[in-house]
Amino acid sequence: MEILAEGMGECLGWHDPDEHRLWVRENKPRSMVDKQMSVREAVERFVQDGNLIAVGGFGHVRVSMAIIYEIIRQKRRNLAIAAKTAVHDIDLLIAGGCISKVECAYAFGHELRGLSPAGRRAVESGTVRVVAETSNAGFQWRFLAAAMGIPFIPARTLMGTDTFAKSAAKVARDPWSGNLVCLLPALYPDVAIIHVHRSDRFGNCQVDGSIVEDFELARAARRVLVTTEEIVDNEVIRNEPHRTVIPFLFVDAVCEVPYGAHPACMPYKYFSDEPHIKEWLTLTNTETGTQEYLDRYVFGVKDFEEYLKRVGGVRRMKELKRVEDMQAPIWGEEE
Amino acid sequence: MSESGYSQTELLACSGARVLEDGRSIFVGTGLPMIATMLAQRMQAPNLLLIFEAGAIGSQVKLLPVSVADSRASHRAVAASSMHDVFSFCQNGYIDYGFLGAAAIDAYGNINTTVFGDWARPKVRLPGSGGANDIGSLCWQTILILRQDKKRFVERLPFITTAGYLHGPGAREAAGLPKGCGPYRVITQLGVYGFDEETKRLKLLARHPGVTVEEIQANSEFEILVPAHVPETQPPTPEEQRILREIDPTGLVLRK
Repeated sequence: MEILAEGMGECLGWHDPDEHRLWVRENKPRSMVDKQMSVREAVERFVQDGNLIAVGGFGHVRVSMAIIYEIIRQKRRNLAIAAKTAVHDIDLLIAGGCISKVECAYAFGHELRGLSPAGRRAVESGTVRVVAETSNAGFQWRFLAAAMGIPFIPARTLMGTDTFAKSAAKVARDPWSGNLVCLLPALYPDVAIIHVHRSDRFGNCQVDGSIVEDFELARAARRVLVTTEEIVDNEVIRNEPHRTVIPFLFVDAVCEVPYGAHPACMPYKYFSDEPHIKEWLTLTNTETGTQEYLDRYVFGVKDFEEYLKRVGGVRRMKELKRVEDMQAPIWGEEE
Repeated sequence: MSESGYSQTELLACSGARVLEDGRSIFVGTGLPMIATMLAQRMQAPNLLLIFEAGAIGSQVKLLPVSVADSRASHRAVAASSMHDVFSFCQNGYIDYGFLGAAAIDAYGNINTTVFGDWARPKVRLPGSGGANDIGSLCWQTILILRQDKKRFVERLPFITTAGYLHGPGAREAAGLPKGCGPYRVITQLGVYGFDEETKRLKLLARHPGVTVEEIQANSEFEILVPAHVPETQPPTPEEQRILREIDPTGLVLRK
């Protein structure tokens, strides 16, 4: 195949499909075994220094913050991250010193809330390197190729731009139409971190609302760590199997963490905690402030349960449920 | 709020909304595109089909979402699907409009939202493409909304994040992008723009109340094509302003 144009971005997370098949054969059990464990154990066992990670959900929505905090607490280093509209998760990991490389579709910003001081400072000073650019569909379809077990997938996006020039994609001619197509390499993250509404102890996961790209991500990643709002009986899953987004065989760890996405939003359960995110964005204007935040909410608590108490406990979570239901304003009563 | 009785943001939102025709489908980005689309759906375009990249299809949004993925964005949707689904049917020609914000554009409607300065060691690092590159590549008509000044309407972008007409007629197709699509309108606080059929360069279509052609040109580094007759837009109406405040009661976008 003749390559007509080539992005110069680093190609993270690619494996020869046969190599990956062998890895799967050796490492992914086919039988339903109990995978319940604590967040601490899941991170200890499955997140290694230097891993390429990807986080499920989208932006501030349905991200497993419980695992993010634990990765920082356990001081993992030199992680690479697939920043597929990564917002609060990547920001905290960067501030915690965990990240060295980023493939970027969207990072260093907080959508409507503005740009991220911590993330920008790290990139502009060179402590964190963006090694490739892509787009949201670029990531989506890189995961799809990996989930399908094929080395690349053609798409009609990215071409003609600097986003392509700094990506890991290539352009070739479609042998059928004769048009140019963009070839996106498969992306197998070492670890995917996904928060779901419910799972059984084996890892059969159901998500309410948009799946975003978690269907493909869970099937592309080598290790899948799931946090769930609740662990349900296997019968609950079997009664409504059409709601299962991720069947057990892709999942390596199941951790029950109610409110595990806080301060992000969990559709139908609780809205994002905007005052808390504002506190983060304000404190991270300085290095001292950033350290203050980490000391208070990450290193100053032993686990996510203690963190939840510190951010307002059950009472606060109930308020956020009212915001989610559009029964209470985002910024509290003063607005 | 100016003495005219409306703010610059309200003017931008209303101008964005008025461009949208009923019965079309639209891929909506966060912020101004979102509030403009919601306004259009309550005004002239009740059958506008809203699509959000996280997977919501056919939403009837009540309150302004903070993110395209939160449940406000899928309010009364007909489907809460996936990113693979919506970008795939976008690639298949189902989506008429793509509505995007931008940090800076050039005369061909190319967008930069990635970086100022050197890419490897940036002076200012911006968030990057997100879904913008895909929306700009795959929707039939892209609408851009941004505040205009000489730093945002530039001769040469340091980085093309999202394709407009690239370097002119035929360039998109030559690069491999789907045929027959590209930037359609640019909305700023000074005016509404289209693109010249022949050159694919930015062309003034209308100026906002009280804005002169000189002002419009003075706020752009590149030359804007100006036809002989340039009509003036209507200011935001009290009804539009009321609806905007209903959509965004806490001023997430309107107070910016």
